[in-house]
Amino acid sequence: MAVERIREIRGTALPVRGDDIDTDRIIPARFLKSVSFEGLEEHLFEDDRLQFDAAGTGLHAASNPAFASARVMLVNANFGCGSSREHAPQAIRRRGIRAVVGQSFSEIFFGNCVVLGMPCPTAAAETLDALMTLVENDPATEVVVDLDAMRVSAGGRAYEVFLPNAARDAFLDGSWDATGLLLEDFDQVRAVAARLPYVTRFSS
Amino acid sequence: MAVTLLRKVWDAHSVRRLANGQTQLFIGLHLIHEVTTPQAFDMLRARGLGVAMPDRTVATVDHIVPTLDQRRPFIDVMAEQMLSSLERNCREHRIRLLDLSSGHQGIVHVIGPELGLTQPGMTIACGDSHTSTHGAFGAVAFGIGTSQVRDVLASQCLAMDPLKVRRISVTGRLPRGVYAKDVILEIIRRLGVKGGAGFAYEYGGDTIERMSMDERMTICNMSIEGGARAGYVNPDKTTFDYLRGRMFAPQGDDFERATRWWTSMASDADAAYDDRVELDAAAIRPTVTWGINPGQSVAVDESLPSNADPEALAFMGFRAGQPVKGTRIDVAFVGSCTNARLSDLREAARIVSGQHVSPHVKALVVPGSQAVRAAAELEGLDRVFLDAGFEWRGAGCSMCLAMNPDRLEGREICASSSNRNFKGRQGSPTGRTLLMSPAMVAAAAIAGEVVDVREFQTMEVAVGR
Repeated sequence: MAVERIREIRGTALPVRGDDIDTDRIIPARFLKSVSFEGLEEHLFEDDRLQFDAAGTGLHAASNPAFASARVMLVNANFGCGSSREHAPQAIRRRGIRAVVGQSFSEIFFGNCVVLGMPCPTAAAETLDALMTLVENDPATEVVVDLDAMRVSAGGRAYEVFLPNAARDAFLDGSWDATGLLLEDFDQVRAVAARLPYVTRFSS
Repeated sequence: MAVTLLRKVWDAHSVRRLANGQTQLFIGLHLIHEVTTPQAFDMLRARGLGVAMPDRTVATVDHIVPTLDQRRPFIDVMAEQMLSSLERNCREHRIRLLDLSSGHQGIVHVIGPELGLTQPGMTIACGDSHTSTHGAFGAVAFGIGTSQVRDVLASQCLAMDPLKVRRISVTGRLPRGVYAKDVILEIIRRLGVKGGAGFAYEYGGDTIERMSMDERMTICNMSIEGGARAGYVNPDKTTFDYLRGRMFAPQGDDFERATRWWTSMASDADAAYDDRVELDAAAIRPTVTWGINPGQSVAVDESLPSNADPEALAFMGFRAGQPVKGTRIDVAFVGSCTNARLSDLREAARIVSGQHVSPHVKALVVPGSQAVRAAAELEGLDRVFLDAGFEWRGAGCSMCLAMNPDRLEGREICASSSNRNFKGRQGSPTGRTLLMSPAMVAAAAIAGEVVDVREFQTMEVAVGR
């Protein structure tokens, strides 16, 4: 398998404000009935978008053509909570996003993003607010996520971000796609299994 | 050294430490269902990989199955395609599939335990966040995404970060009308919907120790709603008594040997925890969510907080400070992996027995599995529900997430025994969910509005027990 090292993501950004945005909102369950992930991006935030757009206070960022080519998504706290559906990060990634910067992420969502090679570094609330305001005012603002320096820079300023070492290393050394790694030494897997009494059906 | 169950299970399943510091963890039981797996099998094929240990994966169908007309082919072409895909993949890879014709089908988190597949000391993974349910048996169980399902199929392993353990001790007697559901809603209200990030929750204390396995499963099920990927209860006699004689549980002398190992995996009495929280059971009241996440709840005799989240209030059409009691409902749903086991149905039946669903309410009971349905029918619970005006359905996830024909319409309000009140969760983008115990749902169905189940307790009627 080809190893893809991920060090830097550079591009415009899509700001999606709000805490506790769950995966049902990211991709409603009715779009999970397909046996493939293809086309999910068309339904990203669908119900949120429809309701927001109808409220007459402007467009949801994900509906706004100004953010259509974004490669970085900016979110608030506990993003991706709820259902473990990988359809959520798949929809985000298929829309062109390659990194999500947020105040915090649910663990399952974060893990799903790692195995898709989509880093989710976290930053302080003030950082997110500053970045979101910046790109809301000028959607053409370039945002650079640098996993080497652990910084996000935009508008001539750099902000500190955080990523657990394990995830950061996985992106930097290309081991985020773990399948090959997990299969490296299958004899050892068999040995662990053989030591577990329930695998050997408790027969002494 | 005194350690927790989490640590013991982790160490017993650890294959090796990976270069990035993660653990390669062996997965003892992999449960799969139709929705989060077709792409995983496709990825395996694309990479020319097979299933490493097919006998350690068990499949069932729950999310997309209709609960009314289960004849094949399903009317919904996409649902039919999804089910066929699972059947094909299980055949091709020699994976046991407990399908609609097996008599063992049901919500994956209901059938794992009832068949004895779920056992103490195991690591359990499933492409579903409510996999935390299985922690009730003293297993370390968590939800994963589809690419990780691929990894488990290919290698029977996952690359995992270690978890911290928060001991949540609940002590004292639960008042009448207060259930396991209220305990976990209270825990989530107290600790928040992201309070559990990085932690496994270990539930203990005499209240939890007195609970049945069904009740413990309700608690562990909603760990994820508190942000904790896993939750567990240490295995004890209640656990062993439940497992004895179940289809996939060890039999005869093996069971006694198993019991010794299971007991040894429990947390040591003086184990150190990363955090501790204590709750007084006697202070917990029947709880109802009023908002758009499971932490937004109040006791049924409380009012909505004066500083309630404006976004949630706007979506729900509620005002800060209004009482939750008296909220008119349109739909009552008893079901889901949280609360669709036999004891849940018994409690709901006790409330509705001899009464009738309010004329404006659509009420349905969806057993968690074919086995629960059959056991309930043996006790006559189906008659109690039907006589009271409830619909009595086939087993499945049903209206919890509306990937099947059961769904809310428009802005309907649903009193629901499920686990998530997210915007649009029950199928209508503007539909509204009030989470509560099955008994509270039953009482709301009768009254046509949110009521305090403690005021229903005097009308008990014995039903075939």
